[in-house]
Amino acid sequence: MADIDTQNMIDQEEVLRPKMVTVEIAGKKYDVPEGITVIKALWYAGQEVIRGIGCLGGFCGACATYYRTKDDAKVRTCLACQMAVQDGMSFSMVPPFPARKAIYNIAELKDPKQDLFALYPEAPLCRNCNACTEACPQTIDVREGVWRAVFGDFKAVSEMFMDCVMCGLCVPVCIADIAPNLVALYASRVQGAHFTEKPERLEHRIKEIADGKYRDEWARVMKMNEQELAKVCAELK
Amino acid sequence: MDIHKLQEIVHKTRDARRKQTLPKYAPAERDTLIKKYHPDFRESAYRPIAFGPNAGEKTVRELAALLEGNSVVPMDLDLTPQHACDVLVVGGGGAGCAAALHAQAQGAKVILATKLRLGDSNTVMAQGGMQIAVTNEDSPVTHFLDTLKGGHMKNDHDLLKVMVEEGPSIAKWLLSLGVLFDRDADGNLHVKKGGGSSKPRLLTASDYTGLEIMRVLKDEVLNQKIQLLEFSAAVELLSDGKGTCTGAVLRDLDNQRFFVVAAKTVILATGGIGRLHIQGFPTSNHFGATGDGLAMSYRMGAKLMHIDTFQYHPSGAVYPEQLIGALVTEGIRSEGGHLVNARGERFVNELDTRDVVSSSIIRECEEGRGIRTMSGRIGVWLDTPLLEAEQGEGTLNKHFPAMVRQYERFGINIAKDPVLIYPTLHYQNGGVKIDVNGESDVKNLFVAGEASGGLHGRNRLMGNSLLDLMVYGKRSGLTAAARAQSGSQGKLTMEHVMKFKDEAKKHHVSADVISPMLFPAYAKKE
Ligand SMILES: Cc1cc2nc3c(=O)[nH]c(=O)nc-3n(C[C@H](O)[C@H](O)[C@H](O)COP(=O)(O)OP(=O)(O)OC[C@H]3O[C@@H](n4cnc5c(N)ncnc54)[C@H](O)[C@@H]3O)c2cc1C
Ligand code: SF4
Ligand code: SF4
Ligand code: FES
Repeated sequence: MADIDTQNMIDQEEVLRPKMVTVEIAGKKYDVPEGITVIKALWYAGQEVIRGIGCLGGFCGACATYYRTKDDAKVRTCLACQMAVQDGMSFSMVPPFPARKAIYNIAELKDPKQDLFALYPEAPLCRNCNACTEACPQTIDVREGVWRAVFGDFKAVSEMFMDCVMCGLCVPVCIADIAPNLVALYASRVQGAHFTEKPERLEHRIKEIADGKYRDEWARVMKMNEQELAKVCAELK
Repeated sequence: MDIHKLQEIVHKTRDARRKQTLPKYAPAERDTLIKKYHPDFRESAYRPIAFGPNAGEKTVRELAALLEGNSVVPMDLDLTPQHACDVLVVGGGGAGCAAALHAQAQGAKVILATKLRLGDSNTVMAQGGMQIAVTNEDSPVTHFLDTLKGGHMKNDHDLLKVMVEEGPSIAKWLLSLGVLFDRDADGNLHVKKGGGSSKPRLLTASDYTGLEIMRVLKDEVLNQKIQLLEFSAAVELLSDGKGTCTGAVLRDLDNQRFFVVAAKTVILATGGIGRLHIQGFPTSNHFGATGDGLAMSYRMGAKLMHIDTFQYHPSGAVYPEQLIGALVTEGIRSEGGHLVNARGERFVNELDTRDVVSSSIIRECEEGRGIRTMSGRIGVWLDTPLLEAEQGEGTLNKHFPAMVRQYERFGINIAKDPVLIYPTLHYQNGGVKIDVNGESDVKNLFVAGEASGGLHGRNRLMGNSLLDLMVYGKRSGLTAAARAQSGSQGKLTMEHVMKFKDEAKKHHVSADVISPMLFPAYAKKE
């Protein structure tokens, strides 16, 4: 069997030709193994990170980071837990940005599409610079989303922003002081709460439970001993 | 060997495999398989807990050490409270937010403290979905039985019955807050089939179910102006000296100072333990999943349940290196993805329960039919391109955008190439024993979500956790609020901690292990 094992071994560049690369973390140079994630590079450099780490899986947006690759003037954004380091890269984690979130009562909104302008009066002032879209590590067309929200197409917004991890990278870049992610979240919630059909079957089920439709079945099941239960369970397909 | 060379066998055998149906294991075979290969049965990884409410019971060494651990709080700390409230919720994941919202809605004064930012949690990562019996072919009773079967019949029946029955009204609550569950053409909730379930029952929001729920609940916590303390870790509970919980000591992680919150009731919603890397396993969990709630409540006398059993999710990424431990959603298998060994063979019904599937992957690898990586990992293939072959090009992109993106970032196209997976430490099946209102053995100490135990038995069924969080978040929130409104604030002491220290000394347990752990120590120190 041992030979099967070595035959079935995936070549890994980082093991075959391990290489250290030099990166610049918040202005200081460190040597770290090529290809590890930006967060692991921080750990490798001995830094404790608490502000800047959350899920470590690309979902929470806590690890928003600015980076630049060697000899390129363009500063880009990434999620530090989802980005591999390369030689000559410079990066800094992005501190929290004091964006304003509008406070509202979702159930009591009377005219939610119009209310958007009261809650986020800056939303229609978008100047089309596209900086938000360029900043988004989830490649959402953020600018388009802001416009759709302003035009009341909340459904499109909710679909476009399903990938939004709320990293907030689209916020500090906005020259019109819009927080596009918060505008989009408002539009998405409203789409769900006000403009999506109520699922009939669910209502029906809630009523069935309230009306005691399952009472007898419960009584029967809850009385069963372990063996009887095991038998019923074994019969489930 | 070049990875593409190794993957050839998966492509070559695909058509033949599509015609195959693999039966699920019979109960006796399941038991043998699990006993032989599941990490829960690796004797050497376990030891008895020396003292405390679960003295003599076995758990994994990593957890036993923390349960017996020493407090980080100086015993002469001034316990004058900086904050006071009716309900202190500890933990900002799904369970914590649900608890806080429901308690606040009852008019209670709520503080929500969490050690990272609000929402940085395991909840935000849930991709597979949430089990709720909403279709005509399905019923809460069937949901109950499926869960019981998955949990090896060890589930607490009362907890479970409450959960499945309250499921539909929880779905309604989430919809009313604006959560966008996937729909069928007729407007009904779309359901998917999950591993170990006899009926399709998973509600989803693309493969971002947890993210969608978390985004909305977070926003709602802010809308309700619930007092929020971020980067504030609970490090000790406080008692009135007679065994009732009266508050907590927290640590401000920006300046390391301790501060005290007086609370008439406390709800721990601190989540799981993945970052303890039990038995050296990589994990799918968030950075703060270190079992803090277990350690704190144990010291206060709360009994724990089923803490010898953990869930190793069958599909954790093994390659590329950057993704090690990260979850590959079960959705791929639900939609028909095959698990394939190095010989190009399937070896298990992919929709069997997680413990069975994980055990069989470990078996393949131990018996030499796994695929190795040079960095010393091993795994089997998950045939993702099969979904494109079955359901048409673009299927993965449409249904699994999060997963496509995750691999794409490291140059892997999962529509073309299968991915290498191995079980990853995923979920703590047990936890603090609670009653149907979420209360532990300690009066006024509630526990909700992954930190609690009993409901899931010895193996949680996929999609049941999200429901658990919402149902028991709600119930603990409501009960705690009512309790607080009829009670008064008790004395704040650490007497139980001092007693615990004495016990530790009596049992010759070293005082060097500090718990709760709060975070894993990943930063390289030399
Ligand atoms: C990758 C992944 C995918 C999953 N997919 C699914 C799925 O599809 N369906 C499903 O049903 N379940 C799924 N699960 C399981 C489910 O998501 C979790 O069990 C559940 O989210 C746990 O919720 P919780 O609120 O109990 O804990 P968490 O969501 O983990 O929240 C715990 C919170 O407590 C905080 N905290 C911890 N300790 C302290 C402390 N000492 N002081 C203050 N705060 C503290 C944490 O920072 C965090 O905010 C998945 C889990 C993972 C990891
Ligand atoms: S839309 Fe904004 S907050 Fe959302 S992922 Fe993109 S940059 Fe981050
Ligand atoms: S950054 Fe602001 S102004 Fe520029 S396109 Fe985006 S929303 Fe409009
Ligand atoms: S830590 Fe959550 S997205 Fe990176």
